[in-house]
Amino acid sequence: MPTTAPKTEANFAQRFDELAPQLAGWQMPWIESLRRDAYARLQKVGYPTARAEDWRFTNVNPLIEKDFSLPTQVEDATLDLASLGFADAIPGSRLVFVDGLASPRLSKVGATPKGVHVGTLSQALANDGSMDAAALVQLHLGRYADGERLAFTAQNTAFFQDGGLIDVADHAVIDEPIHLVFVNTASVATTPRNLVVVGKNAQVRIVEWHLGAAGLTNFANAVTEVIADERSVVDHVKLQRESSAAYHIANTQVVLQAKANFTTHYIGLGGSLVRNEVRVRFAGEHAEATVNGLYVGEGKQHHDNHTVIDHAAPNCASHELYKGVLGGSSQGVFNGKIFVRKDAQKTDAKQTNKVLLLSEGATINTKPQLEIFADDVKCTHGATVGQLDENQVYYLRSRGIGMEEARRILTFAFANDVVSRIKLEPIRDELERLIVR
Amino acid sequence: MLTIKNLHASVDGREILRGIDLDIKPGEVHAIMGPNGSGKSTLAGVLAGRDAYDVTAGEAIFEGKDLLEMDAEERAREGLFLAFQYPVEIPGVTNNYFLRTSLNAVRKHRGEAELDAAAFLKLVRLKMKILHMPEDLLKRPVNEGFSGGEKKRNEIFQMAVLEPKLAILDETDSGLDIDALKAVADGVNALRTKDRSVLVITHYQRLLNHIVPDKVHVLYEGRIVKSGPKELALELESYGYDPIKAGLAV
Ligand SMILES: Nc1ncnc2c1ncn2[C@@H]1O[C@H](COP(=O)(O)OP(=O)(O)OP(=O)(O)O)[C@@H](O)[C@H]1O
Ligand SMILES: [Mg+2]
Repeated sequence: MPTTAPKTEANFAQRFDELAPQLAGWQMPWIESLRRDAYARLQKVGYPTARAEDWRFTNVNPLIEKDFSLPTQVEDATLDLASLGFADAIPGSRLVFVDGLASPRLSKVGATPKGVHVGTLSQALANDGSMDAAALVQLHLGRYADGERLAFTAQNTAFFQDGGLIDVADHAVIDEPIHLVFVNTASVATTPRNLVVVGKNAQVRIVEWHLGAAGLTNFANAVTEVIADERSVVDHVKLQRESSAAYHIANTQVVLQAKANFTTHYIGLGGSLVRNEVRVRFAGEHAEATVNGLYVGEGKQHHDNHTVIDHAAPNCASHELYKGVLGGSSQGVFNGKIFVRKDAQKTDAKQTNKVLLLSEGATINTKPQLEIFADDVKCTHGATVGQLDENQVYYLRSRGIGMEEARRILTFAFANDVVSRIKLEPIRDELERLIVR
Repeated sequence: MLTIKNLHASVDGREILRGIDLDIKPGEVHAIMGPNGSGKSTLAGVLAGRDAYDVTAGEAIFEGKDLLEMDAEERAREGLFLAFQYPVEIPGVTNNYFLRTSLNAVRKHRGEAELDAAAFLKLVRLKMKILHMPEDLLKRPVNEGFSGGEKKRNEIFQMAVLEPKLAILDETDSGLDIDALKAVADGVNALRTKDRSVLVITHYQRLLNHIVPDKVHVLYEGRIVKSGPKELALELESYGYDPIKAGLAV
């Protein structure tokens, strides 16, 4: 077992003084203060309760009450990634983290173009790490994601163990995707932390995988920060396939400079309690963001999706499409915030949210939230919640296709509307296979 | 092929079919005409297994089997095909995937081997030619963004691929231009053999010039009030339904 903490110990998040000195980069004063500040913030704001508007439908008590511990050493000797759902044949470099800790054995970083650095955060923060990498981390880490009231992000910053550090220099272009693979094999807490810094006019594609062995009750608290400089093009996919008993809380914070183009697809299939936040801030003009998501719930899964699109600069465009497929007695939450700040004239923001309820027991709480302080903007949002269209089901059956198959085809078509927009073909194929089931 | 006796059906408690008798023999073409709202599509829907209708009396025997006992998909697999008056759009499902799944479901039922993508494509291309279907049809989602006429042709194209024993065409001719009408007629006629039958629901004579019926029936207020040879259709086109209605009123 990778965990050495005895069962009677309290939740890792209550043992900061004891654990923090062992965490990555503690020897550097700025990391120590980053972590201490984050921990103080966590103490101050506390964990969200049902009274917090943003958490009304999601109860995080199990995450606070359970005695999760952080793993202390990587156990990857016999691990087979394919069996955990990683598409092994997929092209591109990969950084693999087993229960939150880097696995050099399973990672594979090929020759990257000049100016592209793919490594782990722990490496960058180690005593023998490169000065450049540490300086880059110091410049960016925690500067974007660590909002004042985000308890779980604060928890991650205080306790993060490892994650990917991707640095793409100005004008560098990397075609093959870079995979950040987080596999869970034990019912422990993990604190993945990724930092992606993309220079001016640079291009990169990143795929985050969050995978877990069946039946695990692990808790992942993941934070990813993406900084996209002027004219850069960033394509991000997050594939979440934790065990259906796992807890997954995540915050992806993106900052876009002028004319940057950012696309993200979140595909949430696993987890028992999932809260996935995607936050995009437009910091420069004429930038564009596509923020898409698909979540599929069955059994008792709880999928909570929060997106925040912050138009803080004029002339930017955001397109958002979120779809949910909910069966069994699963629950979905979608909260899509769009802020258009006073100076963000000529903003073009579009949000679409569609939910397909496959059973009587499935429920959805959905809420668009547009706060617009500029007067010359185009903002649209639309939400639909419905069942499969009986006429469509009948049409398929009238051509000899059985009831089950007809429903499956139509459900797939609904979900594939999101999947088909993913540009990386191998990921698309993989997902089509997974969703067809 | 199909024998209907005293068929009654209602929707939401309202009786729409009020005792239909019809006997279609193998190889025959029958036409059903009748004013709007007389129950033509309801009859087609009841035969094709649409859930919305309650059959309150009567029977329908298709190829010796009790049609009304079967689910919609079973009827299709047994060889009944309905070309809908209002075909449904299915975004996100390509014609290719839809038709192959459909054909394989039918083939499996017949005890034939399922077709792989290549074999299916070969078969389908041929039929596409006959019906002058656009090249990109297979890649497009089912009926999505199709014009009214394109949807109708797509119905006949599906029929051509599935090769049913009994095809029911519900106003397939309406909304078609002359060329499309000809293509549809060719498609139907290409399928005709001495064992296959067609039931054409229409308001006009023009399709019947190409698909010549053995019998014409007039449906009025849920009953077949008149049957006759193909000339009956011409008569209806010239004089409308008023003489028939008047005759009934007497
Ligand atoms: N699903 C339904 N729900 C309620 N009423 C229905 C339904 N289907 C048919 N009806 C009613 O039944 C009657 C017959 O309709 P039907 O569509 O069978 O007529 P039709 O002969 O096909 O007419 P048209 O020539 O206009 O196509 C109409 O009064 C119609 O409103
Ligand atoms: Mg009709």
